[in-house]
Formats: sequence, structure tokens, C-alpha cells
Amino acid sequence: MSNYSLKEIMNKPERLAPGHRMCAGCGATIAVRAVLRALDEKDRAVIGNATGCLEVSSFTYPYTAWEDSYIHNAFENAGATLSGVETAYKALKKKGRLPEDETFKFITFGGDGGTYDIGFQSLSGAMERGHDMVYVCYDNGAYMNTGIQRSSATPMYADTTTTPVGSQSNGKMQNRKDLASIIADHDVPYVAQTTFTRDFKDLHEKARKAIYTEGACFLNIMTPCPRGWRYNTPDIMKICRLAVETCYWPLFEVDHGKWKLSYEPKKKLPIEEFLREQGRFKHLFKPGNEDLIAQFQAEVDRRWEDLLFKCSR
Amino acid sequence: MAIKDRMSGNEAVAYAIRQVNPDVMPAFPITPSTEIPQMVSTYIANGEMDTEFIPVESEHSSMSAAIGSEAAGARSLTATSSAGLALMWEELLLAASNRMPLVLTLVNRTLSGPININCDHSDGMGARDTGWIQIYAENNQEAYDNFIQAYPIAEHADVHLPVMVCQDGFITSHAVENIELMEDGVVKDFVGEYEPEEYLLNPGKPIAVGPYSVSNYAMEAKKNQEIALERSKEVILQVAEAFEKISGRKYGLFEEYRTEDADYIMLIMGSAAGTAKQAVDDLRLQGKKVGVVKLRVFRPFPAKELAKALSRCKAVAIMDRCESYNGNGGPLGSEVTSGLYRNKVMIETVNYIYGLAGRDFTVNEVYDVFAQLENMIENGQQAEQYQYIGLRKQEAPSE
Amino acid sequence: MRTDVHKINEQTPHEELTEGLMMFAGGTSKYFQTGEWRTSTPVLHEDLCKQCLLCAPVCPDSCIPVKEGKREDFDYDHCKGCGICAAVCPFDAIEMKEGR
Repeated sequence: MSNYSLKEIMNKPERLAPGHRMCAGCGATIAVRAVLRALDEKDRAVIGNATGCLEVSSFTYPYTAWEDSYIHNAFENAGATLSGVETAYKALKKKGRLPEDETFKFITFGGDGGTYDIGFQSLSGAMERGHDMVYVCYDNGAYMNTGIQRSSATPMYADTTTTPVGSQSNGKMQNRKDLASIIADHDVPYVAQTTFTRDFKDLHEKARKAIYTEGACFLNIMTPCPRGWRYNTPDIMKICRLAVETCYWPLFEVDHGKWKLSYEPKKKLPIEEFLREQGRFKHLFKPGNEDLIAQFQAEVDRRWEDLLFKCSR
Repeated sequence: MAIKDRMSGNEAVAYAIRQVNPDVMPAFPITPSTEIPQMVSTYIANGEMDTEFIPVESEHSSMSAAIGSEAAGARSLTATSSAGLALMWEELLLAASNRMPLVLTLVNRTLSGPININCDHSDGMGARDTGWIQIYAENNQEAYDNFIQAYPIAEHADVHLPVMVCQDGFITSHAVENIELMEDGVVKDFVGEYEPEEYLLNPGKPIAVGPYSVSNYAMEAKKNQEIALERSKEVILQVAEAFEKISGRKYGLFEEYRTEDADYIMLIMGSAAGTAKQAVDDLRLQGKKVGVVKLRVFRPFPAKELAKALSRCKAVAIMDRCESYNGNGGPLGSEVTSGLYRNKVMIETVNYIYGLAGRDFTVNEVYDVFAQLENMIENGQQAEQYQYIGLRKQEAPSE
Repeated sequence: MRTDVHKINEQTPHEELTEGLMMFAGGTSKYFQTGEWRTSTPVLHEDLCKQCLLCAPVCPDSCIPVKEGKREDFDYDHCKGCGICAAVCPFDAIEMKEGR
């Protein structure tokens, strides 16, 4: 039985200060705040960060938005960098150079570029070695910091600046990589996929499990980007709800190898509901492109069935 | 009491690492430095040291993790060679710009291509502008001694920069020679405990590392880093002086061998200095006034000091175990001549490229170099300003 | 030595910048005001607010402070006016007004 209370959770001191330079309406910092709220107040943390929107905007010298210790190193090595920090903690604890009653937790944030693509090797290494840390991917489905280029997290047919829609192109040609599954196949103790729900219970509980489960844990959080996805900025919560209700972005967790569905829509909505809100999919609604939407739907259905199967075992 | 032993360069450095017992060592194997993490892992497995070893999945990650652990407040190091150092390149810059006093033990090996596992200095020279202090060893003894001096230099409050301790692949790293080791306690006392002032894991005192910086700060930060590198010269000499007191072995920015009255000097770095010294001894018996300057500290580059040391000779052979592909010579060739010019020392120089990818460098070749210098000065015979030694060439067609 | 962010600005001489541009302090961004980015401004109608707090977690800028289980007025020094809070409020207690 869960005893989640939004009131209690929101009472905790804020660990991400305002004054960072993320765009108005950015999903990434909503995710960061929610993850950090899952930390016990008494626990300290070292936050890692891959290069990306979040990094250049949250530690713009001399202004750091992080109340906890923070390290940004480079784009492709957030996993390795935090491995080093976590190992230093072990070493200093062992040698008695840290007070016994002090607990540090290790959380690193990377966008889908720094996680799915350029930082994939470093992430895989850190997960396989089993450092006691959480890697959080804030997945907005493209390289937003450099100006909305496609990544391996970008869904098929999205209009990006390196897969532009044109007379000979319908946007990105490939389906997105299923990173949560890939990390689950590393046999790490805890992997979860989530996004923003009305009271943030799903994200909060998954972040808590990830932080307080010993070993390497991974969270994949869909964080819409108003610039890159071209939806009406205030509607971020609606976009997230539609992603979940259409089963484009299912909520699930893999706890010590056991797949569990976190939410099953009573009535799965057609994918158009999710796509229609976003300028990056506008071309799919031109007459004659019905088959593209049908293909998109078929892929969503295939992945959903596959997930149901994994969760039924 | 000094301990007399026989060791390879890799064994000597691993022995020094055990004595220093740093907190964290991430590493990835690459020939010819692989033995170092192997030996350290074995020491750890046998309870002879308690460093936390991270078997990372690449050299980029080993330097990344070393930066993370150093920033967290743990004395950190890694080891690598060749392509491993090249893969780290981005991170080498970050270790220095984030002012992390960590240590890298480099076993010099040529860079690809072609892929080849033998010694030259192209890896270290490729990293020459990354902001690291670079110290080169002639033999196993120096590799051992330089490692022990590395943390006191890096961690000095005036410096806070990473140090690369270099030895020649196979020639030094794998050849077994006599060595004088120091007792564990002496080394531990010399290096001391690591007590950083600010670090990620300092409870209640959070720090932030690695900002985005607008131009209004970035240029100033780069200058501050450069000032620290300049200041390290003095610290390197202070640490060498302290080291002499416990070891009896004297170190400077470079070593001058039989140069007091020398007309001709060979300026060289690494193991080949031993070959050059042997040739100088032979030539001295024939009455030739020749000597060797062996460069130990390549970064910071001791331009002024070198210019002074070379100012009394007639000609200098600048020996590069690295091709720069700049169409004009090797890295030492460029930097030494610019140092001479700026300090108004207008002597003749010839830049020789030797020993690439493990090509042998012999005493006879040193004789030839000195003969060419002498011929240039005494007989006005022009010498090519930039040339290769030991390179096979087509015979010139007969007249 | 802890860093006093108020002593660092774009005119500070290089000798007085922090080593490696590290910050020996946390949360200093609160001294950088992003409120001036706003083109529209959320206004709380306290009479309509039921303190359900659904607006608090959706703010990307930590601009809806919660004390003792109740939300307080907006942090206008930092609010960028994105309008997410107004969109999620089930009671129309937050109104977006043109301008700053």
C-alpha cells in the first residue's frame, strides 16, 4: 500500500534553485525537481550531468541551480564520471575520511543524446559494473541543445533539423531505440520508465526505488520539449497524459528482473490523439499520409503487446 | 635504507603506486602500459594496498572516472599508452581546466597508423597542449622517482594541475634493470595524506564543478590555468630538492651531462638519452667537446633555462622521437628553437627525427650527428635543418 | 574558502575568479533573476485556490513555494510565465495575464 501524499512531498525543501536558464515550460527541470524530491531530506547527494540543455542552463558560471554538490564533465561520460565519484565515496568511507553518519546518494542526469547515443558506452559500463547510483535520462527525443537534431530516441516520422520533412522526406525513417529494455538486459536491480502524471506519484515512487535500491539503477523519463515538439507550451501535462493513454509511452518498471506494468489505460486512445498536438508530426495529417499514421500505430501496438507479454511472465 | 632490486619500468611504477596507495584507480588495458593496472590489481587482491580499482570500459571513461573521483576528494590516478591517451584527449583538457591534481602514468608508444606497439613520443607530444605537467624518465629508476614526486607537485596549492609521468614503452617499461627503492614509510611520509580544501563529498559544503562559462569568464579562467602551469616550475624544483634529501638522487627541469665546455650538444628526452651519454663518453675519449642535455620536464617548457644552458655551445642537435606533420620539424625542434630565438641565443641547430615506432637508435648514429654538427661549424658544410635518422632511402643515382 | 557569488561578475579580474571556475557554494542561481523573461504572468486568485498543490510540481522553475502544506504566492523574480500551472489548475484559480 502506498502512502504517497503530494502535500507532504511538496513540503520538502527545494533542491533545484530557480534562476536557471532553461526555456519557459521546459520538461527537463520538472523531471529533475521530481527526482530530487525522492531523496530523504537528511541524505546528501552528488549530482552528475552530461552536457546538454540542462547542464549549460543550470550551471552557468557563477550561478549553480544545484543545492547539492554537482559535477559536469563532458557530453558522453556522465556514467563514467559518476562511477568515479561513487567509487571515491566507497574509498573515503573505507579509509574513515567521511563521518560515519553521513550518507551520500549519486544521481546523474543526461538527455537522450548523452544517454541513448554518445554516452551509451559510458552508461553501459557504469550499469554493468554495478555502481550504487541512479542514471536518469530526461528523454525529449532529440538533440535539443544543438537545435533539435534527430537522436536514436526520436520517434519515427518526427520532423527534426537533420530529418527535415520535405518533398522527398517524411521525417525520421527509423523507430526509436527502446533504451529502458536495453538497460534492463544489463540485469541491473531496477529500471523504470515514467513521465509526468497528475500528482507525480508514479515518477516519485520510481525515483525513490531507484535511489534507495542498492546498485546501478536507471530511470527513463519522457520530458516534452515545447520548442522541439512544437505543442502549446502550457499543455505539457496533456501531452504526457496522451503519451501514456495512447500507449506511446507506457509506464513500467523492471524490479530485479521482474517486469511490471505500472498503468494500463482502460481504453487505449488512437495514436493520432498524441501526434495531433505536436508540430513535429503536422505533415502526417496531410491527405494521403494516412498510411504513415497507420504504420506509427502498428509500431506502438507491437511494442505494447510485447510489453504486456514481458509483464505477464 | 635503500632497497636494491632489479625491476622493469612498469614494475617500478606499480611498486611506487603500491607505496603511495592512492584512493581510486580507474584503468583500461593497452600495450605496453597494461602491466601497471595488472600489477596494481594483484597488489589489491593480495591485500598489499587498498586502492579502489575501477575496471572501466575505455580510456575515455578511465580519465572521466578519475576526474570524478578526484573532484569527489579522492587521490586518483590512471595509466595508459598511445591510442588510449588519444582517446582521453578531451578529458585530459578537462582534468587540467577543472584543476584536478591527478596523476597519469604514461608508457610512451607510437600513435596509429599503422598500428604498432613500440616506443616513440607521439602520444605524449600529442597531449602537449592539454595543460598537463609532463615529466619524462630515462630509465626505471627515474620512472619510479618521478612517480613519487608527482602528487606533491600536482597537489601543491600553487599548482592544482594534473601530472603525466612518462617512460618509454618496452625500452624502459619492460627491460629489467637495477633499481634503488625506498622504504614504504619513507615514501608515505614524503607524499603525505591528501587533504583537499573543497570537494564534492564534503558534507554540508556543496561545490559545483564544470560550468558553462560565457566569454567574459572563460578567457580569464584559461589565463589562471596558464599561471598555475608557470608556477609549477618552481614547485617541481622544490619537490626535487626535498626528494634529494630522502633519496640522494638529484633532479631538475633537465639534466646537463658533460656540457660545461661542450661545443656540441645533443638535446634529447627519454631512454635514448642513455645512448647519447654513452656516445658522448666515447667521443670525449677522442677529445671531442660534446655533451647531452636530457629534458626531464617538457611541460611547463623550460625555454629560458634551456636557452641559458645551450648559450655557450656552437651547435645543438634537437632530437625528436615524434613527427609533427607540420612540414617543419618535430615538437622539440619547434619549441627549442623558438626558446633560443626569444632569449637571443643565436646558435646553429639541426632537428633530427629518430626512433619512430620503436626504430633502434644507436651509439653510431649519435657519433654521426655530432660529426655533422662539427662539419657544419668547422667546415661550413650545410646540414639539412630537419632530417630523419635511420630511415631507409633509395640510393642516389650515380653520375 | 566558500565562494560569495555577489563578488563575481563579468568585470571581475582573473585573479579573483574561482579556481577552475568551480563554485564553492550551492544554489547560487537564485541570485539570477529570470522573471524578466516573462511575457505573461500568472496571477493567483486565492479565493478560488483549494490548495490541492497540483500546480507546485509542474513548475519548471521552482517558483511556487510550498510551506506547511500550503502554496504561497508566485516567485515573480524567477517565474518565466510558461503557463503550465494555469493549465493544470482544476479550479481556475490561476489566471495568465498579458505582460509582466
